[in-house]
Amino acid sequence: MQYMKPQTAAEAATLLAQNAGAARVLAGGTDLLVQMKSGMIEPQMIVDIKHMAEVREIAEEDGGLRIGAGVSGQQLGEHKGALAMWPGVVEAVELIGSTQVQGRCTMVGNLCNGSPAADSVPAMMAAGAVARIAGPNGVRDLPVEEFPLGPGKIALETGEFVTSVFLPARPKGAADAYLRFIPRTEMDIAVANAAVNIELAGDGTIKAARIAIGAVGPKVRLVEDAAAAIIGTKLEPEAEAAMVAAARAAASPISDKRGTVEFRTQVVGVLVKRAAHIAMARAGEKA
Amino acid sequence: MNFISKTKADFKVVGTRVPRPDGVDKVTGRAMYGADITVPSMLTGLVLRSPHAHATIDKIDASKALALPGVKAVVTSADLGVPEDDYLRDVQDNCLARGKVLYHGHAVAGVAAIDMATAKAALKLIEVSYTPLPHVTDVDAAMAEGAPVVQEGRADESVPEGSHPNVTTLQEFGHGDLDAGFAKADKIISRSFKTAATHQGYIEPHACLASVGTDGKADLWCCTQGQFFVREMCAAMMGMAASQLRVTASEIGGGFGGKTTVFIEPVALALSRKSGRPVKIVMTREEVFRATGPTCSSSIDVKIGMTNDGRITAADAQLRYQGGAFPCETVGMGAQSAFAAYDLDAVRTQGWNVLTNRPKEAAYRAPGAPMAIFAVESVVDELCQELSLDPLQVRLINAADAGTKSSYGPTFDQIGLKATLQAAVEHEHYRAPLGENQGRGISCGFWFNFGGNTCVSLNLNSDGTVGITEGNPDIGGSRASISMMAAEELGIPYEKVRTIVADTNSLGHNDVTDGSRVTFAVGLATIEAARDAIRVMCERAAKVWGIDPDAVIWEDGCAKPSGHNAGAFDPMSIEEIAASASDTGGPIAGHYEVNAEGAGVSFGVHIADLEVDPETGHTKVLRYTVFQDAGKAVHPDYVEGQMQGGAVQGIGWALNEEYIYGEDGRLENAGFLDYRVPVASDLPSIDTVILEIPNPGHPYGVRGVGETPIVPPLAALANAASRAIGVRMSELPMSPPKLLAAITAKG
Repeated sequence: MQYMKPQTAAEAATLLAQNAGAARVLAGGTDLLVQMKSGMIEPQMIVDIKHMAEVREIAEEDGGLRIGAGVSGQQLGEHKGALAMWPGVVEAVELIGSTQVQGRCTMVGNLCNGSPAADSVPAMMAAGAVARIAGPNGVRDLPVEEFPLGPGKIALETGEFVTSVFLPARPKGAADAYLRFIPRTEMDIAVANAAVNIELAGDGTIKAARIAIGAVGPKVRLVEDAAAAIIGTKLEPEAEAAMVAAARAAASPISDKRGTVEFRTQVVGVLVKRAAHIAMARAGEKA
Repeated sequence: MNFISKTKADFKVVGTRVPRPDGVDKVTGRAMYGADITVPSMLTGLVLRSPHAHATIDKIDASKALALPGVKAVVTSADLGVPEDDYLRDVQDNCLARGKVLYHGHAVAGVAAIDMATAKAALKLIEVSYTPLPHVTDVDAAMAEGAPVVQEGRADESVPEGSHPNVTTLQEFGHGDLDAGFAKADKIISRSFKTAATHQGYIEPHACLASVGTDGKADLWCCTQGQFFVREMCAAMMGMAASQLRVTASEIGGGFGGKTTVFIEPVALALSRKSGRPVKIVMTREEVFRATGPTCSSSIDVKIGMTNDGRITAADAQLRYQGGAFPCETVGMGAQSAFAAYDLDAVRTQGWNVLTNRPKEAAYRAPGAPMAIFAVESVVDELCQELSLDPLQVRLINAADAGTKSSYGPTFDQIGLKATLQAAVEHEHYRAPLGENQGRGISCGFWFNFGGNTCVSLNLNSDGTVGITEGNPDIGGSRASISMMAAEELGIPYEKVRTIVADTNSLGHNDVTDGSRVTFAVGLATIEAARDAIRVMCERAAKVWGIDPDAVIWEDGCAKPSGHNAGAFDPMSIEEIAASASDTGGPIAGHYEVNAEGAGVSFGVHIADLEVDPETGHTKVLRYTVFQDAGKAVHPDYVEGQMQGGAVQGIGWALNEEYIYGEDGRLENAGFLDYRVPVASDLPSIDTVILEIPNPGHPYGVRGVGETPIVPPLAALANAASRAIGVRMSELPMSPPKLLAAITAKG
């Protein structure tokens, strides 16, 4: 097995393209090393990107934030600007793994792992985050909602890798929230999860909303119908019920060792409801 | 014989909270666990495991693996004999399958190679031809007509004719007229229960290093709860004399009963004998889950009759346990313990063991009792609800006491159940207010406790300090408590005593560390060994003073003349006696050997407060209090630790832990991600109340405390959940999907 440490995105893309199928990207390594140790994968080449310029940075850009692919959960959690602008995204990233894993794990890695149960992906999707992708043909941007394709499947072409995720600027009166269901209190994987991003108008009605759900289908997905159900409302019981019903209707879970179809469908609605109220309250504080 | 020679006020060392002797080693990484032993020219051993739940092994071809450079040996069951003894043969067949694989993960072959990468590559090159067979993993399904037969001809004489071949034993206990008893009842409740198989979840995976010399002498270092049984079993499997196999137990990272058998040790020995090199095998966590010894899953029916004022008139239980693919006696302990807390005129328990295609059960902390008592205490709680009776008062009304003929036969001596119940009644926790969606559950628990074969040596060092050699791995603080009891008896400070766990060639046979026996039995032997040494030390002083040994007494670490008539001599300290030993007759030691009886049964009562989220079924343990009779708490920190640790394992069993099998008979959650033990943030501080009702069978009144605390949590939490949601929960674990389904079904 070869360990490579390219200095530029172009070099990395070349290595990945030349060793398609045999090379894996290393940033935090909290998924990669676990998969290697368990024998799930046996890569011939490791392409380490975490030392590359800008990959470890959280940079301000157009009023929003660009989060490098090597930024750890710990680093993001300590960034006051990120916490103020995108509390839901930050709380989602901080739920990845244990305290020890937080020192290494990255939001981008969580996205690229392609898990339907990933914690940060619904939050990024609800936030309208955009992934920046480097590859043999240069750089392209892709909205996070278009990134997951199925369990373990993502929208990267041969030689491509994600260098950062962009979280857009926030108007006043806007906030997000993320919730997951696990049987315990930590060290667990979501049985269902939900993220809600809300922007309030001056009168306190919901002007814009984005809602994403995970672990209840082959990939994390946006639920436009659920968001539509609360836009123009103040999350009154009727609107809330319509939102919950839309979220449950959008869920297409399986029964497995972690939960049944009935359980996941029921609980994803509860999570959307609770996350919406948290986001609403946070947005109200920022109005 | 009544040993009690000291009252509580007399103790100087026993009952204090001295620093633990293994603490610094464990927190600094100096402690040597099973995987830490390394020797020159050592090979890496790995085990090939069955991908099938049930299949015949038609052929094993290792030629390609053996052709790989760096591979030094491959072994299969053909490299071991076929023991005549049924139990030994089962243990061996579990270590290396013979003819058939009986569960997913069953060991088929072992390989030894120069490094891990080569060993892994070699595993893939061993070609095994299987013919898959139908399988069964559920206990009720395995008893049903037409179920796949796991093993033929394993039923003992207790099994009624016409039973399915998977039924291997029927054990029955009880007394009195059940029909007459039920006729007296004002209310009868019958209910069926199921509990999932759970794993001990010890943090240290099994590990061993075997080295067999060309002269046939062998050494084995391993992580175990009993080096002596490891020697017995491995020597028999290897066809060796016991004297030629020395087994040394490493420091142990948890056992809870799961390390009272062998899995990889015979494989490592066979690989070492074949390769001529030392071989180390360390299990992965996945292997630990798939192929060590979880406890039984169960299916239980309980029927109890009660009068309107809370008196139980009759009690009946049918228990069906599966303990994997080999005959298992654990259901017998479930059947015996089910109603042990109660003084009953009419009681019966019947326990069936059933073979399934699952790993061979190993002991798990009070084996068999938690699930039986879960079922019984759930029905008692439901009767209390139906009859509007206080659950603790009902237990007090029916509680077993000294002189009670127990449900399993023996008549109880001094027991602490009523005092323990009374302590719970009087505790503030029992009256604390509850909020919405919260429930409080209580349960009694019981364990037999055990004494057993024990052998201890106590050596006086030339500086007057003391070394104790004992033969039971320390899984619960026994080195501290043994040193404390020796210091107490000798009248010297705890710091002057060091206790070590010896290898099999250093002491006579010691039974495995189980049955909460060590603090009781090894403690008893230690006290007697100290008395033996005191006798010698008094003789030496008498010799120096020129008086009769009977005229010398031992007090505060010194020999003293027994009175004015004995003569006017200054006390002679243990240091002085030690220093002059070479002139007074040579080295001084004490020893004691016993098959200890009088362990004294143990009872506990737990109170649990639980909140259930009505929208998700998520549970939160809000408050938890353990009340238990310790006889005498030698080191209260360790006793509290046992009570807390047992409660936490029981909480895991009640709420989320379970072996999950797919339709294909494969285990789906062989890791700590999906096998959910409670993590620290899931738990409240577990409060403890230690009662001390002395056990007449021990010099200081000690009872074993390690196992009883895992027994009550299952029912305490099920009763709390049932009261919180208004639906009786009868299946464990009460994972959120089950609770939410129950809440939804109630409407």
